[in-house]
Amino acid sequence: MKENTDTFLKGLWRENPVFVMLLGMCPVLAVSNSVINALAMGLATTFVLIGSSTLVSLLSRFIPKQVRIATYIVIIATFVTVVDYLIQAISLDLYRALGAFIQLIVVNCMILGRAEAFASKNPLGKSLLDALGMGAGFTLALLCLGSVRELLGNGSLLGVAIFGAGFQPWPIMILPPGGFFVLGGWLLLFAWLQERRTARRPEGGLAHAD
Amino acid sequence: MTEQPRGTSIRMIRALSGAAVLSGFLIVFVYQATLPRIAENRRRALEQAIFQVVPGAQHRITFVIGPDGQAQPEGQAKGEGLGIMVYAGYDGDGKLAGIAIEAAGQGYQDVIRILYGYSPQKECVTGMIVLDSRETPGLGDKIETDERFLKNFECLDVRLNQQQTALLHSIESVKRGEKTQAWQIDAISGATISSKAVSKMLDESTRQLLPLLAANLKRIREAGEEVSRQDAKTAK
Amino acid sequence: MPTDSLPFIFLNACLINNFVLSTFLGICPFLGVSGKLQTASRMGLAVMFVMLVASTCAYGINFVLVAFEVEYLRLICYIAVIASAVQLVEMLMKKYSPALFRSLGIYLPLITTNCAILGLALFQTFREYDFLQCLAYALGAGAGFSLALIIMAGLREKLELADMPSLARGAAVSLMLAGVLSLAFMGFAGLGG
Repeated sequence: MKENTDTFLKGLWRENPVFVMLLGMCPVLAVSNSVINALAMGLATTFVLIGSSTLVSLLSRFIPKQVRIATYIVIIATFVTVVDYLIQAISLDLYRALGAFIQLIVVNCMILGRAEAFASKNPLGKSLLDALGMGAGFTLALLCLGSVRELLGNGSLLGVAIFGAGFQPWPIMILPPGGFFVLGGWLLLFAWLQERRTARRPEGGLAHAD
Repeated sequence: MTEQPRGTSIRMIRALSGAAVLSGFLIVFVYQATLPRIAENRRRALEQAIFQVVPGAQHRITFVIGPDGQAQPEGQAKGEGLGIMVYAGYDGDGKLAGIAIEAAGQGYQDVIRILYGYSPQKECVTGMIVLDSRETPGLGDKIETDERFLKNFECLDVRLNQQQTALLHSIESVKRGEKTQAWQIDAISGATISSKAVSKMLDESTRQLLPLLAANLKRIREAGEEVSRQDAKTAK
Repeated sequence: MPTDSLPFIFLNACLINNFVLSTFLGICPFLGVSGKLQTASRMGLAVMFVMLVASTCAYGINFVLVAFEVEYLRLICYIAVIASAVQLVEMLMKKYSPALFRSLGIYLPLITTNCAILGLALFQTFREYDFLQCLAYALGAGAGFSLALIIMAGLREKLELADMPSLARGAAVSLMLAGVLSLAFMGFAGLGG
C-alpha cells in the first residue's frame, strides 16, 4: 500500500515533471497565461498520459525492443488526436485559446519518457498510478504558473476579479516574457526549499546521534 | 532478443501494424462520434458572430463569390478554387438585413481577423468584431473592448459612387477626437497601430467586395425571400 | 508589406514571432544546448536543415491527406513521416558527406521529436501557405531559432565567470535570461504595421 501511494505521490513533488525534471516546458510556458487554460492543458495532458501508459503497459510484452519508440509515438499521437477532437466538441473557445499546443502534446517529452521509463516495465495498475501522479504533478505546475500570471497580469483568478478597481494589471505577465520570469521564480523557490532541506538534514542527524 | 533474425522482423512488422490498426480504429471512432458536436459548435459560433454584426438578422445563407464575380449560395457554387465567402443575414420575414464579411490584415504582433457587417440599405458598416488577434493585452487588444472605438462601426459610411464600381470615400483612421466625417475611424490612443490595421483591412476589403456585392444584390435578396416562402409553405 | 510576401513571412517567423522567445517552441534544446557558443551554432544549423526537410515533407503529406479527405490522420502522418525523412537524410549524409555528418549528425535524432519542428509543420498548414511560402517560413523559423540559441549561448558563456549565488545557477537563471531576451524581442512587433 505504502509503495502504491509513493508511486502516485512522487510525481506530485519529489519527481515533479516540470519543477524538478524540467520536462515539457513548452506547453507549460505557452498556455499558462490564465488559470482556465492551464487547467485544460493539464487535464488534456493527463488524459493522454493515462491512455498511452495503459496501452503501453498492456502491449509492452508484444512490442519488440527495436520498434518500441515508433510504436509508443503512434500510440501517443492517437490519444492526442482523440483529445484534440474532444476539446473541439466541448468548447471551441477553449480550443482556440490553447491553439496548436493541444496537438503539440505529442512531442511533450514527459509522455514518451514515462512510457519508456515506467509503463513499459511495470504492470497496469502501477503504470496507471504513475501516470495519474505525473499528470497531477504537471497540472499542479501549470496551475502554479497560471494563477500567478493571471493574478498579476489581469488582477483576476478564473476570470473573477480579485483586486479592487485600483489595481493596475501587469500585462507583461500574460505576455511571453512573463512566462519565463514566473517559471524562473518558481524554480528559484524550489531550489531554495531543496537547499534548506539538505542543509538541515545532516544537523538533524547529528542531533539524533547526540 | 534470443529469436532468429527472421522471426524478429516479422514480430516488428506485426507490432507496428497492430499499433497502427488499433490507433486507426480509435481515431476514426472518436472522429465520427464528435463530428456532429463540432460542426454544431462551429455553426453556432459563426452565427453568433454574424448576428452580432448584422443587427436584426435571424437566418443566414452563406454565399461564395467565384472568380467570375458571381455570388452563388454555398453548395451550389461550381468550378475549381473556392471564392470569397460572405454571409447574408435575413430578418424574420426573409428580408435582407445585412451581409457579414471576413477581413484580415497584419496588426502589431500578428495577423488580426475581423468580421464586419455591411448594410446595403444604409450603405454603411453596421458592426465589427475581432475573431482572432494576438495584440498586446491592455494596449492593442482595446480594439475589441474600447466603446468609443466600437462606436465607429455603428454606421461607418461606405457609400458607393454612381456607377456602383468604387467607394466614394476611402475609410481612414484619424487621431482620437479628430473624427469629422462619417467615413473616418476614431483611433484609440495607445493602440494606434492596431486601430490603423483595422481601418486598413476594412478599407481594402470594402473596396474589393462592395462593388461585387452591389452587382449580386438582387440575387442575394431573392434567396432570402425564397427561403422564407418555402418556410411559410412547410409551416402550412 | 503584404502579409503573404516571402520576405515578410521570413521576418515574421524569425523576429516578430520568434519560435523560441514568443511562441515557446523548442524550449528544451534552447535551455539544454545553449551552454557553449560552438555547440549552439551547430545545433542552430542542424535545426534549420531539419526544418527545411520537415516543411517540404509536411507540404507534400498535407497535399495527399486533403486529396483523400483524411485530415484527421494529419498528426500521426506528420510525426511518422518527418521522423523517417530525417533518419533517411541522416543515412544519406553519413554515406556521402561524412564531414557534415560529424558536425551535425549527433543533433539530428535529438531534433526530430522537437516541438519546434512539428509546430512549424502544423502552423504552415493552418496558415495555408503555398510551397515557396512554406520554405520561407521554415528558413525564417530556423534562422530565428539559431539567433535565439546563439545569443543565449553568448550570454551564458559570460555568465559562467560571473559571481552568482549557487542557488540561481542552472535552469532558473537561464529562464530569467530568456525572459529578458523575450522582452527585447517584443520590440520587433510592429515591424509589419
